[in-house]
Amino acid sequence: MRYISNTPAQQKEMLGRIGAASIEALLANVPTKARLSRPLGLPAAMAEADLVRHLRALAAKDASADDYSCFLGAGSYDHLIPSPINHLISRGEFFTAYTPYQPEASQGTLRTIFEYQTMMAELTGMDVANASIYDGASSLAEAVLMAHAVTGRNETAFSRGINPLYGQVVETYCEGPDLRLKRVALADGVTDLDALRRAVTDRTAAVVVQYPNFLGCLEDLREAGEIAHAKGALLVVAADPVNLGFLTPPGALGADIVVGEGQGLGVPMSYGGPNLGVFACRAELVRRMPGRLVGATVDRDGHRGFVLTLQTREQHIRREKATSNICTNVALCALMATIYVSIMGKQGLRRVGELATAKAHYAAARLAEVPGVQLRHRAPFFKEFALELPKAPERVVKRLLRDRILAGVPLKAFDRGAKNALLVAVTERRTKDEIDAYAAALAAAVA
Amino acid sequence: MEAKPSYDKLIFELSAPGRFAHSLPDLDVPSADPATLVPAQFVRATPPALPEVSEVDVVRHYSRLSLMNYGVDTHFYPLGSCTMKYNPKINEDMARLPGFARLHPLAPAAASQGALQLMWELARDLAEISGMDHVSLQPAAGAQGEFAGVLMIRAWHLSRGERRHKVLIPDSAHGTNPATTAQAGYQVVQLKSDEAGEVDLADLERHLDEDVAAFMITQPNTLGLFESRIHQITEMCHAKGVQVYMDGANFNAILGITRPGDLGFDVCHFNLHKTFTTPHGGGGPGSGPVGIKAHLAPFLPTPVVVKDGDTGYSLDWNRAQSIGKLQAFWGNFGMLVRAYTYIRTMGPDGLRSVSENAVLNANYILKRLEGDYDRATAGPCMHECVVSARRQKKLGVSATDIAKRLLDLGFYAPTTYFPLIVEEALMIEPTETESKETLDQFCDAMIQIAREAETNPHLLHEAPVTTSVRRLDQTLAARQPVLRWNAGA
Repeated sequence: MRYISNTPAQQKEMLGRIGAASIEALLANVPTKARLSRPLGLPAAMAEADLVRHLRALAAKDASADDYSCFLGAGSYDHLIPSPINHLISRGEFFTAYTPYQPEASQGTLRTIFEYQTMMAELTGMDVANASIYDGASSLAEAVLMAHAVTGRNETAFSRGINPLYGQVVETYCEGPDLRLKRVALADGVTDLDALRRAVTDRTAAVVVQYPNFLGCLEDLREAGEIAHAKGALLVVAADPVNLGFLTPPGALGADIVVGEGQGLGVPMSYGGPNLGVFACRAELVRRMPGRLVGATVDRDGHRGFVLTLQTREQHIRREKATSNICTNVALCALMATIYVSIMGKQGLRRVGELATAKAHYAAARLAEVPGVQLRHRAPFFKEFALELPKAPERVVKRLLRDRILAGVPLKAFDRGAKNALLVAVTERRTKDEIDAYAAALAAAVA
Repeated sequence: MEAKPSYDKLIFELSAPGRFAHSLPDLDVPSADPATLVPAQFVRATPPALPEVSEVDVVRHYSRLSLMNYGVDTHFYPLGSCTMKYNPKINEDMARLPGFARLHPLAPAAASQGALQLMWELARDLAEISGMDHVSLQPAAGAQGEFAGVLMIRAWHLSRGERRHKVLIPDSAHGTNPATTAQAGYQVVQLKSDEAGEVDLADLERHLDEDVAAFMITQPNTLGLFESRIHQITEMCHAKGVQVYMDGANFNAILGITRPGDLGFDVCHFNLHKTFTTPHGGGGPGSGPVGIKAHLAPFLPTPVVVKDGDTGYSLDWNRAQSIGKLQAFWGNFGMLVRAYTYIRTMGPDGLRSVSENAVLNANYILKRLEGDYDRATAGPCMHECVVSARRQKKLGVSATDIAKRLLDLGFYAPTTYFPLIVEEALMIEPTETESKETLDQFCDAMIQIAREAETNPHLLHEAPVTTSVRRLDQTLAARQPVLRWNAGA
């Protein structure tokens, strides 16, 4: 049998040593009544060549970003993934290790996480970052729970500019502790600061905004922070770290907790997962942080080394009193991000932002020239923007698929009022030719 | 003994101003200065302090760091409860097919039929393997699978007009069980294990009442024992309207042998990174699908992958009683591709053989070690065994010392000090992918260590000496946390 190493002769020899007549005898604790008396109803085993053919056929039904021009965003982005990442993460020493419970035999993983924590702290402008949460949405949910734990308050002022898929996850996490999300309306694409001021009270644990927000627009974090802090609430910001080589980091604008989806940092889109939940905060809050943390220390000989630390926050020590139930995180995705940031470096990440925003602004202008099409909002945007189309965007999306263009995300599913809105994302990877082809195809589709 | 690697750099320490590794295109669209496209207050004033390194720096640095790790590809990794089995390489090739790896989650359903079909089939297969009626693939890891399961139980009780407050959990449980339960808003009540290491039925009976929402147990339990009175347990619970949750961390013991659904469980989760060979990645990503019985179906996380004869596969969002979403998209799809590839590789007979050989290997280790270490329980075990170093402790040698010495002898260490109810616990899970030869080498090493505990405990206190660092000062790390690199520090 594939992946099983013992030969029948060895199995027999081992049973002899154990003193059992058969493997069946070892299963004596499983009552007869509990036994499955038939084989599992699964397809028969496939040989490798057949299996590869089968999976290739399945994959061929999907619109890969290799074959289509991808203008989809809304939380997952087609950024460049430099070649060394896949080679390095595929090293079995990284790939097939687990949580570094034995630090002496896990310094490779621990060092990369320490580097990752430093990079994320640097990009977000915060003091500390953890070793990762599952994805941007679950990181945001954990941030809301943490703000509740830090302040002892039960309400959250939650901007409608936050990715609605994230909002749904936060609601799920708020169910247990019975926390209330007060939604704060937008005004022309960004959080309405007057509405925010009205929503924040001395029961508010946190003001939560996204930067740039779901519609691609840039929020005034400084003002949102002042509104939060005036009432003793925390400012929680969801931000995509791949943008933060170019954009002012939330930490410089008053954020207390910064979370985000780090998928853009070298992690494949992979139909939405695994992703990379980034989580960073101010130093004073570190003991309330969810998830693993790696710290520097010394070994017996005084050499530098790294360990999992402040573990008394975690479930395997604190059980029901832990700051979170998270155990397995997304360490390998954090490694992808660490290598990505190393490759891009100080200048490259800024360049990624410059290219994306320049191309996005070019695309917005070109697409808005199409008769009947306009930009939905006047607020400044970064690499993503919403269009108002003269017809149902689902039909446009379907039409453009034929031209091998993934045109964008219709917003109707998230906001019933936005029935003709289409959200378009442009990364550094899109070319002028692709954008021009998109504009031409859109013109044909709405004519 | 291996030579001690002398490498001690962080990527930041390789940095030289002006050096770079990236390859980015020139701007091909007519544009003003990008910095003027967005208002000045949004443009970063100072660049982040990130490394400036070459591609060869990057490749050599991370290759060297990898050499400071033990992994399944290089070492036997008997970490109990974590099922560190071999991760097939073909899984990786399949997960990297562009139609999977380069597919955007919001691509229209018509343009993602392959991915949706794979998810639909995998959910169906996991339902068959577990005897459950439905499976959600959305949870990102075991702990999130637990969270989804407990929330579905909560929603079910509420839908029946009952607000219950407690969840029962045995003292042998993984820490995630109580942590998850508390996060879902429940009070945790810890139950005792009996002399044999199974659920104490009298203690269970005492605690079962109309305020209990669920009983959460691991099957086989963390001592590696199959809870033999499981039917009685699930019946006792159901009689009080209590739902029974199976932590599926130890599913590798029961594939094709028994099914949680047939045992009376209402909910169970899977750890695809344990049982179904997706790589552990140094701590994740995992994947924690959750299976449920039909009565809980209205509460499944949204969206649900459905199959329609006319339109093919799609995502169903229209589920009014759903507990909601757990992550932004549909699950850790890359892990799902790997698990699907594995299930198709093995087939039904292969999967049963996996569990049989996992059980055989664990019992073989237990037999070989029982003369030198105290067994935690009597009788055969399932896929993992727990021994105690209490005998060695009397000689001044702890489970930690034994673990560290194993590192020097070329093995990763078992899980130590868990389950909490066993003194100086060493929890050993060999998995089915290891050969008798490897098991013998490991057992020889363990027996050698037992001898050394008697004759030369100093050697064990000094271990490890072959790894890139020696024992690390955990107290210093926690007392004066240094959680990031700083220039000049």
